[in-house]
Amino acid sequence: MARRASIGVWVIHVLLWIGVVVVAFPFVWMILSSFKSVPEFYQFHFWPKQWDLSAYRQVFTETQYGRWYLNSIVVAVVVTVSELFFASLVGYTLAKFRFRGNQLIFLLILSTMMVPTELLVIPWYVMSAQFGWVDTYWGIMFPGLMEAFGVFLMRQFMLGVPDDLLDAARIDGMSEFRIFLQVALPQVKPALSALGILSFLGNWNAYLWPVIVVSTESMRTLPIGIGMFSTADNGGLQWNVIMAMSTLAVIPIVILYFIFQKRIVEGIALTGVKG
Amino acid sequence: MKAVVLEPRRAPVTNRPPRMSLAARRALTAYAFLVVPVLFFVGIRILPTLYAFGMAFFTDNGHGPTLANFREMLADDTFRRALGNTLLYVVITVPAQMAFGLVLALMIGRVRHLKGFYRTVYFLPYITSVVAVSWVWRLMYDPNSGIINEVLGWFHIPAQLWLRDPHEALLAVSIVMIWQNAGFAMLIFMAGLEAIPRSFLEAARVDGAGAWQTFRWVTWPLLNPTLVFLAVTGVISALQTFTQIENLTGGSGGQAGGPLNSTVSMVVYVYNAGFNDFNLQYASAVTVVLFILILLVTLVQLKVLNRAYEY
Repeated sequence: MARRASIGVWVIHVLLWIGVVVVAFPFVWMILSSFKSVPEFYQFHFWPKQWDLSAYRQVFTETQYGRWYLNSIVVAVVVTVSELFFASLVGYTLAKFRFRGNQLIFLLILSTMMVPTELLVIPWYVMSAQFGWVDTYWGIMFPGLMEAFGVFLMRQFMLGVPDDLLDAARIDGMSEFRIFLQVALPQVKPALSALGILSFLGNWNAYLWPVIVVSTESMRTLPIGIGMFSTADNGGLQWNVIMAMSTLAVIPIVILYFIFQKRIVEGIALTGVKG
Repeated sequence: MKAVVLEPRRAPVTNRPPRMSLAARRALTAYAFLVVPVLFFVGIRILPTLYAFGMAFFTDNGHGPTLANFREMLADDTFRRALGNTLLYVVITVPAQMAFGLVLALMIGRVRHLKGFYRTVYFLPYITSVVAVSWVWRLMYDPNSGIINEVLGWFHIPAQLWLRDPHEALLAVSIVMIWQNAGFAMLIFMAGLEAIPRSFLEAARVDGAGAWQTFRWVTWPLLNPTLVFLAVTGVISALQTFTQIENLTGGSGGQAGGPLNSTVSMVVYVYNAGFNDFNLQYASAVTVVLFILILLVTLVQLKVLNRAYEY
């Protein structure tokens, strides 16, 4: 009986390993291709015969890759910080204050979750054109500064913060804003980090809105930079350069994933459970 | 004049408590905290939503509401193609990624070693840059320099055109989507499986149920909310497919959604109409159709999930 079970487990391991090869292969191929010189590229060696760095050199000398990287970091960090701050502030207020219009405001914000980005990009584009936001950091960032989902999530968690704790701080004479910042926020750290990572990933990979609002080369974010460089039809595709760009764009995500694996999984499961 | 108004207020400056009650002061704090966010949500989300509807139902000449944009859509072959393709993406990718996700979750649930490793590898495609991985796949699909045809050659399968063949391109794009999303489904299924009480499974075993019977009559029914959630989020995200298509089949001698519009989705169509042809009104009308589709799916979800389950 035990023997049969262990054979079954071995079969499962073999199947899972086949899956691992299939799923991981594109990543491996991407990295290996980025280290091949152009002639070697078309020879279908799996392993590069000579590890050639010219693709990486080209990425930084012939494109504005460094600038795109910086743009992506700025956008993802600022949007994430803003989203966390406002989601927790609004979530806290809706959960812990009783006032006229509480339910109404909550429903108003929640209702925006129903509307897909695709419907909004056209009005946002018209706004941006009118207010001169096209091609600015503000233009790329403004739609993401607050998200209804974050408010919803933080409100759920703030409901669990004990009122006695807040009242004790009030008796100590703390200002309401400091109570939020120094008493309530530390109570919901797990939710904050889950939401923060999801937001960072989402913004790092965002494509539809940035590709619309960005028009000059220097304002591109990483995905736009890679996409545009690759589709710009200038004398055939420089595949090894595209692969070097892609590798560099994926690295921070992989690092982030290994550091925050538990939080990311929690965050995804959280969004899964709360729907 | 002013003094008269101020007089009665100044009068009771004794040690009476402030006139504003505690509740009123706290409400004021709440409003102060909410004023910027509320303005933001109204200005950046709600008004633009109304504006999009406005644009969809008006045309440039501005003579009142009209259905001209929607009539144009019905007469446009590319729109019908986009709608049909989008539904194809839904039908191909959602069941496939859910099936892979469930099988992976069940298999990982059975092993004791390397659980975390498997989970990490299978989940990575979901969080990595869609643009970057789309280009890797485009390279692998390439009829001349792609590894996929090379591998097929080992098994004496003739080389395919993949993204350049109108009959194969949509499937090729779908494969990339399934590859990316199966890990997400796996993760949600793993959470769903963990939530099933051990005692139920043990009870089934005591009653003499085999592995298949336990799965069919205990696990499967209890996974129902997870299935509904994954089906709904999967359908909604498939309806919004854009980035993969734009990067797998765009540029380099072909327009996005090519060849011959065989991969064009509704969002690609919106993008082309709005930002290549600058017909923003028409593009808005298409997004209204997309919005209605997504809304319908969401309503079905609410209906199904609100049904009471009895164990």
